[in-house]
Amino acid sequence: MDSADLGLLWQERVREHHSRHLPLHIEGGHSKAFYGLNTTATTVLNTQAHCGILNYEPSELVITARAGTPLSEIESTLAAQQQMLAFEPPHFAATATLGGCIATGLSGPRRPYTGSVRDFVLGATVINGKGERLHFGGEVMKNVAGYDVARLLCGSMGTLGVILDASLKVLPLPEVEQTQVFELTSAAALTKMQMLAQQSLPLSASCYTGQQLYLRLSGTARAVEHAQQHLGGEKLPHTSPFWQKLKEQTLAFFTTGQPLWRIAVPPAAPDLPINGTQLIDWGGAQRWLHTDASADMIFNTAQRSGGHATLFRHGQRDADVFQPLQGKLKELHINTKLAFDPNGILNRGRMYSYY
Amino acid sequence: MSLYIEKLPTPGLTREEFVRALHNFLPVESVLCDPASLRPYECDGLSAYRELPWVVAIPDQLEHVQAILKLCHAHQIPVIARGAGTGLSGGALPRDNCLLLSMAKFNQIIAIDPANRSARVQPGVRNLAISEAAGAYGLYYAPDPSSQIACSIGGNVAENSGGVHCLKYGLTVHNVLQVQLLTIDGEFVTLGSQALDGPGLDLLAVCNGSEGLLGIITEVTVKLLPKPERAQVMLAAFDDITKAGAAVGNIIAAGIIPAGLEMMDNLAIRAAEAFVHVGYPIDAAAILLCELDGTNAEVSEQLLRVHNLLLTAGATQVRTAKDDHERLQLWKGRKSAFPAVGRLAPDYYCMDGTIPRKELPTVLRTIAELSQQYQLPVANVFHAGDGNLHPLILFDANKPGELRKAEEFGAAILELCVKVGGTITGEHGVGIEKINQMCVQFATAELQQFHALKSAFDPAGLLNPGKAIPTLQRCAEHGAMHVHHGKLAHPELERF
Repeated sequence: MDSADLGLLWQERVREHHSRHLPLHIEGGHSKAFYGLNTTATTVLNTQAHCGILNYEPSELVITARAGTPLSEIESTLAAQQQMLAFEPPHFAATATLGGCIATGLSGPRRPYTGSVRDFVLGATVINGKGERLHFGGEVMKNVAGYDVARLLCGSMGTLGVILDASLKVLPLPEVEQTQVFELTSAAALTKMQMLAQQSLPLSASCYTGQQLYLRLSGTARAVEHAQQHLGGEKLPHTSPFWQKLKEQTLAFFTTGQPLWRIAVPPAAPDLPINGTQLIDWGGAQRWLHTDASADMIFNTAQRSGGHATLFRHGQRDADVFQPLQGKLKELHINTKLAFDPNGILNRGRMYSYY
Repeated sequence: MSLYIEKLPTPGLTREEFVRALHNFLPVESVLCDPASLRPYECDGLSAYRELPWVVAIPDQLEHVQAILKLCHAHQIPVIARGAGTGLSGGALPRDNCLLLSMAKFNQIIAIDPANRSARVQPGVRNLAISEAAGAYGLYYAPDPSSQIACSIGGNVAENSGGVHCLKYGLTVHNVLQVQLLTIDGEFVTLGSQALDGPGLDLLAVCNGSEGLLGIITEVTVKLLPKPERAQVMLAAFDDITKAGAAVGNIIAAGIIPAGLEMMDNLAIRAAEAFVHVGYPIDAAAILLCELDGTNAEVSEQLLRVHNLLLTAGATQVRTAKDDHERLQLWKGRKSAFPAVGRLAPDYYCMDGTIPRKELPTVLRTIAELSQQYQLPVANVFHAGDGNLHPLILFDANKPGELRKAEEFGAAILELCVKVGGTITGEHGVGIEKINQMCVQFATAELQQFHALKSAFDPAGLLNPGKAIPTLQRCAEHGAMHVHHGKLAHPELERF
């Protein structure tokens, strides 16, 4: 067997932890360790050694790789064939792995226009909390046999299983990209984003920084040129690292060390009634906020707007960082966790304290 | 008919008691229980399987749906949800001692929200009605199953329906923001949100394609997209189906994602042409329909490139629809392919496997061999861009043994799809039809995981029992009939 296939070894470990009810902390490249709650587990299963691209066929638009494969390796392999992960996953460190990308379920600026991680996951192999190796989905674009567990893993923070490998749909790199910049107030920027989103335009990102609205166009040369003339605004030089810095949260806005909230709302939601400084991404659907407001107030406001909030980083990690769940939804979460991990050993408390 | 009926929970009420209990809160006309009025509900779009329902309820208020579920939950009466009844895998097939719950009366569009590009609709709203209502704002709902005139959004979510534009715009799961469910104990729960993602686990992803096993869908918020400035269709004819397959690969390798990329083989072409007269080349071995959409400038550039790619791949003829009328005509042929093929024989059986595209020549060759072996003709309609194959097996159910032969032929095709790395169903769902092939695609532990997930929502197993996920006993029996490479499937199970 391939020396990088640690699946059997890990199955053994999970089985042992399962039988002894011992918690197990799963980690990859440690690039998103700040995200979610702290776990109490002291035993760590590091996934980085289980790595390598297993299958990549550019004309099938599918790549399959082991969980420990660095995201950078996947992206450079795709780029060599003029393809990309269209959900633009944030890395947050050079060590970021595919497994962590799926487990955190985070997507970058292109997400509203092409889809999120879960939209591109076609299949996955996973070890559940009983140590069983299970495969769901596959390497084909359409597959409705059985429940869509591969997508369920996205954003599950390792609480349902240890991801061994995953297959992702990939897309061609756009021929040309160009960003136009506008000086606007936040209300005007939100209005403009919604107006443009209702038109047939090759938009691939839109972000408002607090002073400027950045609109990225992607497509064929002529399509981008036409759209650029239609939009107006200032041309952002191609050398600008703006989108990269937005995705990796290295813009000045993100580097203050203050608690950072992510608030997911319907894109046209008006400015949120929460004091603080904000940056608007995803055409209005993702609001980043530095604020002193109480967590309860933020969670309530997000919910009233039709969305939800996450204390993304630099916050208290012993209380809820994800939108608290109530009633039947909470019950379904607990039941689902138990369905995959009956003894509650995998990343216990990483997502919600009770689970 | 070779339907294996699993043992269902014994209902805690007799049929008469149950009907009386329903009449406590439902008007008389909302409960059907005499054979004549039950008859229209005996099957869905898969008419080869029929069973007269025990009782049908057709409520028109959500409180009544809630009361029905509480009643069924209290008395262990299984519930089978039904939308428009257009499903192709028997997902809404009635079973004895089960309530068939029709959601057809919940047919209102609650709100179109142009600024947020979303529509909140009741589950019985027809797929096409959403795009028609959103059209006033220059928006539309992208997934377009061929049955979109009739099929309803609740059923689309339950089956995770596709259509001819999936390659670029995704399946139902990619286009639904939020679903409101009633669980079997009669509680409302909201999965997803009005934003682009929801709090907690992505249970919304599991709900899409769950075939009525997890809850009753009571409201859906779908994503709307701006109508592309321009959409243009090309038809390319090929004298060899392998060349058509290669052309598909070349287009995608060139970095172009068409809005639709469809293939039909000669039998399907001739059937469609005879049915709708749209000028398909009836002597071609295969045709490709390629739709490009986007801005005017983008479509112009891509048309030229695709035209050249098709000719280089050996197309004998490439025709570009000169206007929207011709574009719709060309699609009409494709979208009518099922009924068109249906005219060639008294019955047809539609398969729904998905394969890696590169396996197309092998799979088509094997299907042709199987067609010889079973002595049943087959027409192939193919969502070529995303590898979803619809072989249509022609047969005559009135000839003794032909239905069984067609089922065996179909099962052989699905098992072939799994063997080449594909799946038994791309968009029609498992239902009752492909339940045995689930045993081929999934191992015991995987099926057990599915059952555990089902129990998280429905511990008593009352929602659509016996569909979508086979019991292990069933797989043991199916495996006993299908020995692969000398290895018994699911060897750990006891044989009956």
